[in-house]
Amino acid sequence: MGKTMQRIAWIIAIIGFLVGLVGLYQFLTVGHEAANYGSYVPWGLWVAGYIYFIGLSAGAFLLSTLVYVFRVKRLEKIGKLSLFTALITLIAAMFLIWLDLGQPLRAWRLIARTNFRSMMGWMAWLYSSYFVLLVLELWFAMRRDLAVCGNEPGFKGALCRFLSFGRKDISEQAVAQDHRVLRILGTIGVPLAVAFHGGVGALFGVVGARPYWNSGLTPITFLIGALASGGALLTFITAFWGPNNNAKERKDLLIFMGQIVLGLLAFDVLLEWAEYSIGLYSSIPAEAASLRLVLFGNFWWVFWIIHLGLGVVVPLILLTFRGRSVGAIATASALIAITFISVRLNIVVPGLAVSELEGLREAFTGPGLNFDYFPSTMEWLFFVWVVSLAGLLFLIGYNLLPVVRGQKEVI
Amino acid sequence: MPEVLLEALKQENVILRMQEDIKRALKKPVSERHWVMVIDLRKCVGCSACTVSCIAENKLPPGVVYRPVLEEEIGTYPNVTRRFIPRPCMQCDNPPCVPVCPVNATWKRADGIVEIDYEQCIGCRYCIAACPYSARTFDTGRNYDDDTPEQFEYEMTASFEYGKAWPRDDGSPIGNVRKCHFCLHRLEQGELPACVTTCIGMANYFGDANDPDSLVSELIPQTNAIRLKEEMGTEPKVYYLV
Repeated sequence: MGKTMQRIAWIIAIIGFLVGLVGLYQFLTVGHEAANYGSYVPWGLWVAGYIYFIGLSAGAFLLSTLVYVFRVKRLEKIGKLSLFTALITLIAAMFLIWLDLGQPLRAWRLIARTNFRSMMGWMAWLYSSYFVLLVLELWFAMRRDLAVCGNEPGFKGALCRFLSFGRKDISEQAVAQDHRVLRILGTIGVPLAVAFHGGVGALFGVVGARPYWNSGLTPITFLIGALASGGALLTFITAFWGPNNNAKERKDLLIFMGQIVLGLLAFDVLLEWAEYSIGLYSSIPAEAASLRLVLFGNFWWVFWIIHLGLGVVVPLILLTFRGRSVGAIATASALIAITFISVRLNIVVPGLAVSELEGLREAFTGPGLNFDYFPSTMEWLFFVWVVSLAGLLFLIGYNLLPVVRGQKEVI
Repeated sequence: MPEVLLEALKQENVILRMQEDIKRALKKPVSERHWVMVIDLRKCVGCSACTVSCIAENKLPPGVVYRPVLEEEIGTYPNVTRRFIPRPCMQCDNPPCVPVCPVNATWKRADGIVEIDYEQCIGCRYCIAACPYSARTFDTGRNYDDDTPEQFEYEMTASFEYGKAWPRDDGSPIGNVRKCHFCLHRLEQGELPACVTTCIGMANYFGDANDPDSLVSELIPQTNAIRLKEEMGTEPKVYYLV
């Protein structure tokens, strides 16, 4: 089953990449004119995609710290895989948010002219540090295996030799030394990941003009959502790309991960209930207006069917009643990970899609001066391109780098 | 001639008076001026001439608007009436758009106007999300002659915001966030903002709140002067007489 799934993944990623190129081309030639976000709903699919991917990254990374910082033995074998997943999803997130800028070529100013009173200013620094930390950590985690695969012939061997930067020591002491470094890096990484993803939540949470976002719970919801979605993605990846040379060990690992995901999903639903019930009950009209958009607006099905149905109810049932079946765990995890984009969309868009002043909707019309946002073809295609790019980077890296040890060649 | 009209003729011309107010303010250092706008909603007929004159003055492209006129319907049929609220940038004393800018591209000037540095803005649009008045809009680069075979010269004419020429080639302010700046470039030449001079009902007043002799200083303390979303603590510098 593993090989078939991997083949399907290659095909989907390649088709998505090629189709998505149209979106990239359209963006490069026409620019933001071809997008449906604008002045009243300034952020759309790409910003939602960005917090979606950055959440996946933070979640996958925090799970890796269970291995390298907290020494959870049962997860040991997926340490590198989770770091690698975190890196790929970070790249996808950065790509989306970079081209969302009106002036992408000025992005460097986020570092050079940072305003530290802005949460977004902090983001630039935190992501950069996180990127460096991830690359370093991944290198130390793979170093021994790079030294080993450096002996292989062909391109893979050459790449391993290059990436090992001449360090060929595979003695136990050298590996123990690597683990000490990993523990230090991972220990720095925990507060860093909490800071940058809690920070994205705060980026929304501090906006007093948008009562739907303006809550102390927002950063926490972001973090738990990141753990749930990132954990689910990693579980799904482990099911098909994880170590599989020991069937029992693989099953135990997946059952354990399924339980973690189930717990995180339940916690996420609790926080969501808190947000929605308080927001609807209280008398803050703008917040209730946003929530009503989510629940009963034109895109009600995004919440009820995609998120609640496919992303919560089905996985909860699968993980609760079929929690020992590898197929059920993989399906549930895939559903959670994929449908989580609907949660992110339902954070970004409804916060903006309610008029701040009565009568603004009709006051003056023009492109971008409306509150009914649905992503344009260009936005969809470019989003598909970034997702596929991430998929391809993952598959290429997975095949060329020693991301997983103990993957046996099967059917 | 009826008594009322004769009386009206004797009154001083408010435009001339406000122009004198501005000239007096310009003699002071920038930090001692405090520009405010007062809009008399009882006089506003909702003609949107201010919106249009602003677009002409600042050469605004499609999708960018600095001063729409909000229309509120009050009551239920058949007892319906309408209220019009022109909405420029409030030039808040405590502007929520300023601290969120990640690259310091927008700030509060000493004279009270919230300025945007088009050369610095990266177009992230966080300020749009943070403004409680929807006063900021995003210039995606659209032109009125898009989808026509010819590009017209008038589309390329420069706007003169912040005292600089901004021709409409591919550079800024395309890809930037834009908003009303009380026609700063006109103010600094001793002229009133375009919307004030255009208003057919003379519902629009402008001047230096830091000058007790200015017209606006007489209007602001009136009991019928209100500000939008006062509860947000933004301290807007646009007052409405109701």
